[in-house]
Amino acid sequence: MGFLSEDLKQKILACLPRFPNKQAVTLPALHLVQDELRCVPLEAMREIAAMLDLSPAEVHDTMSFYGFFRDEQHPLGKTRLWMCRSLACSLLGAEELLDHACKKLNVKPGGTSADGKITVEFAECIGGCEGAPCALINDEHRMNLTTEKVEALLAELRQ
Amino acid sequence: MPEYEPVLLRRVGRPNSQSIDTYRADGGYRALEKAVAQLTPEQVVDQVKASGLRGRGGAGFPTGLKWTFLPKNHPGPIYLAVNGDESEPCTFNNRVLLEEDPHQFLEGVILAAYATRAWVAYIYLRYEYGRCYRTLEKAVAEAYAQGLLGRDILGKGFHLDVHLARGAGAYICGEETGLLESLEGKRAWPRVKPPFPAVEGAFRKPTVVNNIETLACVTHIIDRGVDWFKSMGVPPDPKNPRDPGSYGPKLYNISGHVNKPGTVELPLGVTVRELIDKYGGGVWKGRKAKGAIPGGISMGIMTEAEFDTPLDFNGPGKVGCLGLGTGAVTVFDEQTSIADVLYNITRFFSHESCGQCTPCREGTGWMMKMADRIRRGDGRLEDLKILEEIGNAIGIMPGTTICGLADGAGWPVKNAIKKFRPEFESLIRAGTKSTSLQLVSAH
Ligand SMILES: Cc1cc2nc3c(=O)[nH]c(=O)nc-3n(C[C@H](O)[C@H](O)[C@H](O)COP(=O)(O)O)c2cc1C
Ligand code: SF4
Ligand code: FES
Repeated sequence: MGFLSEDLKQKILACLPRFPNKQAVTLPALHLVQDELRCVPLEAMREIAAMLDLSPAEVHDTMSFYGFFRDEQHPLGKTRLWMCRSLACSLLGAEELLDHACKKLNVKPGGTSADGKITVEFAECIGGCEGAPCALINDEHRMNLTTEKVEALLAELRQ
Repeated sequence: MPEYEPVLLRRVGRPNSQSIDTYRADGGYRALEKAVAQLTPEQVVDQVKASGLRGRGGAGFPTGLKWTFLPKNHPGPIYLAVNGDESEPCTFNNRVLLEEDPHQFLEGVILAAYATRAWVAYIYLRYEYGRCYRTLEKAVAEAYAQGLLGRDILGKGFHLDVHLARGAGAYICGEETGLLESLEGKRAWPRVKPPFPAVEGAFRKPTVVNNIETLACVTHIIDRGVDWFKSMGVPPDPKNPRDPGSYGPKLYNISGHVNKPGTVELPLGVTVRELIDKYGGGVWKGRKAKGAIPGGISMGIMTEAEFDTPLDFNGPGKVGCLGLGTGAVTVFDEQTSIADVLYNITRFFSHESCGQCTPCREGTGWMMKMADRIRRGDGRLEDLKILEEIGNAIGIMPGTTICGLADGAGWPVKNAIKKFRPEFESLIRAGTKSTSLQLVSAH
């Protein structure tokens, strides 16, 4: 064992006292790993399983249920740009914005720009509908987007 | 109606509204001090019961009654699981409450834990609400530092630990048992009920699941009293023996084709038309509305002619909608194609079905494909019948699925076909292609 850094392991173990069993640390552990490594490699999954007294298949089962977590073939770029496509945003042109961002980055939804800076994904309602069309930069909202604002945002994130 | 003074939103926009000091200066934690000094846990439950408070998360179950379902004299632990998943499309009132006034909500958490004898509260937040998470993390630390959380709260021998848990982008984690599975580190497959969470919930222990706005209301029921809470809202409908009435304030979200989208707090029972015209600045571009979703997309669709329906727990049902839902109204104007609206809605449910029950997993996919076909101009008239059939066949109400996601997926489809049939028929007959964008790769 030695794939995950000592620091990351300590952070995972620090979550244990919050819950009455070890399995409940699965999601916090997956978050910690993906935040740092931009994906959850198979080896990391095995080490999480060992720390939580689980089978790696149990960790994989949980991880793969949530489309949020990425395997090592599909790591996230430096920033995840999550563009809403649900009703309130769609009514104000969100799908056109998503299409525009994808074209600018030359990727399909879910893809990462060649420089590794931005992964653009569609999102279902992200709860920023009063500022539709809306997107998340990792986990912070950007509201009232327009084509110009999306272009400025992409430039900002590529710096 | 005289102008209503907001209570839940009264501190929004004040400087440092998130800090414990400003909260206490505004009278915060007074309700908690009063409760632990003067009321037994049972008396807190009784007050919440007497207030008529019903859950704000969508199902509208009476909160005090739910608390009484916990086993009596249980040795513990009992858990409180707070539902902060807020993923119902077009809904954002929990976000406003947490970002702007986390202590108002946290006081409700502590009161609920006192009433139910829960030792541990898990606050499950959707991952997308990063700012809520960080705001709440700070608020929890402040509350610990002031002896409002932890051991021997306010010196009254009552203990409570609060932990935050983050989701990972799945709508189904808002269904209460999906949430519990996710909290336990598993895939968020909803559980077959019974047993209900109050009997067997998180980690197989008795658990109360409540929504964020519900708990924020609890703070004010204890602070301002039952009579204050019952002084607003809509009394039980004599024609509906199952309606216990809709009392208290409610946060309404307004979005879509309106001039002034946002959140307003009003006594339960405002109409969709008032929300749009008086609080939402009217329909944009001087146009007329074609329709609206009344409380998140799961609740179905209202036509413009139905906009005088009051948004209380009982109102939307009178025009064939599923219920009040989250009180989130999204308006679409007369130029919007109903086929585009239906496609957007069906796509959501197809994407978010957890896949556990075949009727939901397959049915939501079929409905999306048919809606897509119609909007591409390739629909067939029989599709309308099949859409309606699927809409009627999936859900807990017909008894074919484990959770209510499927009922919510079927409802807008049934409403759309029933209420907008002439438009669908003419789109299909003319083979009209939608002019709005369709991202083929986006599903
Ligand atoms: C598919 C589905 C999604 C739900 N999403 C949420 C949600 O995001 N937030 C919420 O509070 N309740 C949600 N609910 C309702 C919960 O199951 C539950 O009734 C509620 O959290 C109970 O709290 P309350 O009584 O305080 O409203 C959802 C229900 C279903 C069927
Ligand atoms: S109804 Fe749908 S979302 Fe709910 S448990 Fe069944 S498959 Fe999952
Ligand atoms: S519909 Fe886009 S944020 Fe809600």
